[in-house]
Amino acid sequence: MIAAPSITFSGAAEFSGAPLFDNITLEIKGGEWTCLLGPSGVGKTTVLRIIAGLDSAVNFRGKIISSDGKTLQNRTAYMAQNDLLFPWLTLLDNVCIGATLRGDHVEKTRAIEMISRVGLAGHEGKKPSQLSGGQRQRGALARTLMEDRPVILLDEPFSALDAKTRADMQELAAELLTDRTVLLVTHDPAEAARLSHQAIVMHSTGLQHIDMPATPPVRGIDDPQTLATQGKMLKILREGPQ
Amino acid sequence: MNWKHGIISAIVLIAVWQLTVTLTGVASFILPSPLRVANALWHSRALIAEHAWVTLAEVILGLIIGSILGIVTAINLATSSTARAILRPILVFSQAIPVFALAPLLTLWFGYGMGSKIIMAVMIIYFPVASAFFDGLMKTPSGYLDLAQTMAATQSRELWHIRMRAAMPSLGSGLRLAAVYAPIGAVIGEWVGASKGLGYLMLLANGRVKTDLLFATLIVLAVLTVCLHLCVDILARRLAKDH
Repeated sequence: MIAAPSITFSGAAEFSGAPLFDNITLEIKGGEWTCLLGPSGVGKTTVLRIIAGLDSAVNFRGKIISSDGKTLQNRTAYMAQNDLLFPWLTLLDNVCIGATLRGDHVEKTRAIEMISRVGLAGHEGKKPSQLSGGQRQRGALARTLMEDRPVILLDEPFSALDAKTRADMQELAAELLTDRTVLLVTHDPAEAARLSHQAIVMHSTGLQHIDMPATPPVRGIDDPQTLATQGKMLKILREGPQ
Repeated sequence: MNWKHGIISAIVLIAVWQLTVTLTGVASFILPSPLRVANALWHSRALIAEHAWVTLAEVILGLIIGSILGIVTAINLATSSTARAILRPILVFSQAIPVFALAPLLTLWFGYGMGSKIIMAVMIIYFPVASAFFDGLMKTPSGYLDLAQTMAATQSRELWHIRMRAAMPSLGSGLRLAAVYAPIGAVIGEWVGASKGLGYLMLLANGRVKTDLLFATLIVLAVLTVCLHLCVDILARRLAKDH
């Protein structure tokens, strides 16, 4: 994998003539996890979609600059709340889908290795309907790893999972996506407190950086500093910018 | 539909039919009893089978050609906005013309043989197949398309591996409708002008007041349609498997 670049996202977006966010500058550090929190409808997912180069219903004026000066096109991988595994394909074929869709050579051996890395060895031939919610999201993670992109965009990928599975998945993702530039959009302050190198709360008025504990992620779920940071974030989310 | 329920329904229907004939004493050329119809079915089995093969061939060929044309149209409409702009109004307008009204014209153009009946069947099923499949192709879950876009999928591979696969249940619905409509098209074509087929045999039996043969033919046609529907239903279920 090539070195993961930093990304600077700056600009304004409007939806049907009304401003969604105005002149924000978001610095996403290379090789680190940046969590973007905020109330619903503030535009977090829109920011992620614009960086991913996906269609969004908004009119965006601004720029996205990567530290290595190259375009982000074909350098991002995307994971959403829904695992987006194709129900008609086996897990192995789902993990290989990127190469299939591009017409590239399908590296089955590497795909089997990725499946094994996410703890799903032996499930390669199963259809998504035969897997649990947590296993499906692991499958989606294996597919993301298979793409081997330096920039990973995660749009609430763990929010539909139960508490235990979510905690397991957070640790697994943090371990496997080390050294990549990760932008995680989440509603969950606990998740942001555990996983972020830097956490930013997005308000309708702008961005607010949160002071993170000195310990590196992944932080323990019962670590006092993590819990204090989580509480601080929740307070900001409830009471607005401070 | 449970087959046991089907058998019970058939028994009830035959009982009501027999009861009506017995109680009203209606003349057999108006409404023959189930027994007379069964008798006609048995004695004319070779004749009915000969005509049934023709109708079945027309229906199956119509179904195959109509489905292929419908599928190709749906793909064109789904992938090209120009095709949508040009073809859609034509398609909608074409549905304002009852296909049945074109039957005499088709017989004039394509003769009394199987050709005009196959074309009738094709015309009647083309729109439901095209419309159902197009609808499915346009309703691919947006998350799938987002994923494909971030993976730099080519348009043709996205169409083949995602959009078409995701639209298979819709295609199955269209084919189910087509299996029911296709025999109607073929039989109407036969009524207008033919020398073979169940529709022709029904007209012939009616003209000669052989109402029992008419009923026997009708029953064979209904059984053929149901069998065809069941076969297509199995195919449609396979298409929708895993969705």
